[in-house]
Amino acid sequence: MAQTLLRSARPLQRLGLAATQQTSKMSSLSLVPGEAKLPDLSYDYGALEPAISGKIMELHHKNHHQTYVNSYNDASIKMQAAEKDNDIQSMISLQPLITFHGGGHINHSLFWENLAPTSQGGGEPPSGALAKAIDDHYGSLDSLKGKMNTALAGIQGSGWAWLVQDKQTGKLAVNTYANQFPVGGNFKPILGIDAWEHAYYLQYQNRKAEYFKAIWDVINWKAAEKRFT
Amino acid sequence: MDSRTSVLSAIIAALLSFIVFERFVLDPSPSTQQPQSIPSDILDMSVANYSLPPLPYAYDALEPAISAQIMTLHHTKHHQTYITNLNAALTNLQTAISGADIATQVSLQPVIRFNAGGHINHSLFWQNLAPASSSEAKFTSAPKLSKAIEATWGSEKEFKDAFNKALLGIQGSGWGWLVKVSGEGKEEKLRIVTTKDQDPVVGAGEVPVLGVDMWEHAYYLQYQNGKAAYVENIWKVINWKTTEERFLGGRNDAFKVLKASM
Repeated sequence: MAQTLLRSARPLQRLGLAATQQTSKMSSLSLVPGEAKLPDLSYDYGALEPAISGKIMELHHKNHHQTYVNSYNDASIKMQAAEKDNDIQSMISLQPLITFHGGGHINHSLFWENLAPTSQGGGEPPSGALAKAIDDHYGSLDSLKGKMNTALAGIQGSGWAWLVQDKQTGKLAVNTYANQFPVGGNFKPILGIDAWEHAYYLQYQNRKAEYFKAIWDVINWKAAEKRFT
Repeated sequence: MDSRTSVLSAIIAALLSFIVFERFVLDPSPSTQQPQSIPSDILDMSVANYSLPPLPYAYDALEPAISAQIMTLHHTKHHQTYITNLNAALTNLQTAISGADIATQVSLQPVIRFNAGGHINHSLFWQNLAPASSSEAKFTSAPKLSKAIEATWGSEKEFKDAFNKALLGIQGSGWGWLVKVSGEGKEEKLRIVTTKDQDPVVGAGEVPVLGVDMWEHAYYLQYQNGKAAYVENIWKVINWKTTEERFLGGRNDAFKVLKASM
């Protein structure tokens, strides 16, 4: 029992991310309860214009992502206390908060990395093993984009679409996840696109198809290649 | 297919479509609504064409609580899209039923649930809003409901605090509702519930009294990530007269605005 509780004291691991593999590439993702931090962007807020406006990027990073970080820290500290007290009811009620806010922190951290200004390679097609896997699996990069955009448009409510890699077969797949559920289980994240309204509404309002089309101009395929094995 | 078979499949198609409407909109009592008693005008509805119900006020009438730009987009674009997609899905469903294409019929269910839910939720939402300066926006316009609220939560403020907490706790897109629940043989109770995405409040015995849209498109252009301020301000434009009518009425009364848009 004590061991089980101790194991569950690392909330991010329960989200399906193996701490040693996934998070080592993201120094910003702290596993220590209460010490998650907002990662810096490697580009300016306005650098993704005109695909994504500077105003959206600033609010999205400084306010939305920060709120996930704060709320995750808050929930993970409470979780630690509940575990110390063997308070199973509190632990259970904290789970959805850890999943939602921890997931929000993970998803956005990965998202910022898989975007880049065109001056820093944004929109340049992938190369190497990932490019080959995309061609083999989808026929062409455009065909994959079409699949991702269809998946994004079909999300009912808030969520994400991810290009993922099946850990067992190594194959690529396009998955959607509701709200802030992070990619986990049998899949690892390669490339994510945020379909929450806050990701595009100030610029595109109800015309979300235009956002899904434009974002490919600032996709950082180099980051996706590093995640693909 | 001989003519008898095709007449038969047309009737089956109409009946199946009716079941879908019944679930979302009409709510007849199943015990009294036998298939053979369906009147011909309801059979005609198998090719339903829902349309956007007009707002009972101007787009800028809810300012400053909700901006005219938000109201215009929300009504003419978002709500319209749910209706357009619902009509298309129902047409496709009818084709799938006529063609005995079960796989397509099944795959259309979530599309119908989502878009019909969006149509229901927004139709109810517009009606339970009113300009802040109107008499409808006063809590005293709901004399019986306000009594029930005070009996349940202690005070108007405690009710609003509880409702706001529920709204701010929604993870992702969804709605908060005050519903009247009538259990079997028990007295009616008020309850605050949240629903995800566009899941409609059509649970057994639930009458929607008051709904608040917590999708980001409902507030983002004006409040951005400050949704607590939206939640605070929306109380200034609640149509308490409508909520009183829903509280005193049954489910069919609440959904009458939808019937009008068919």
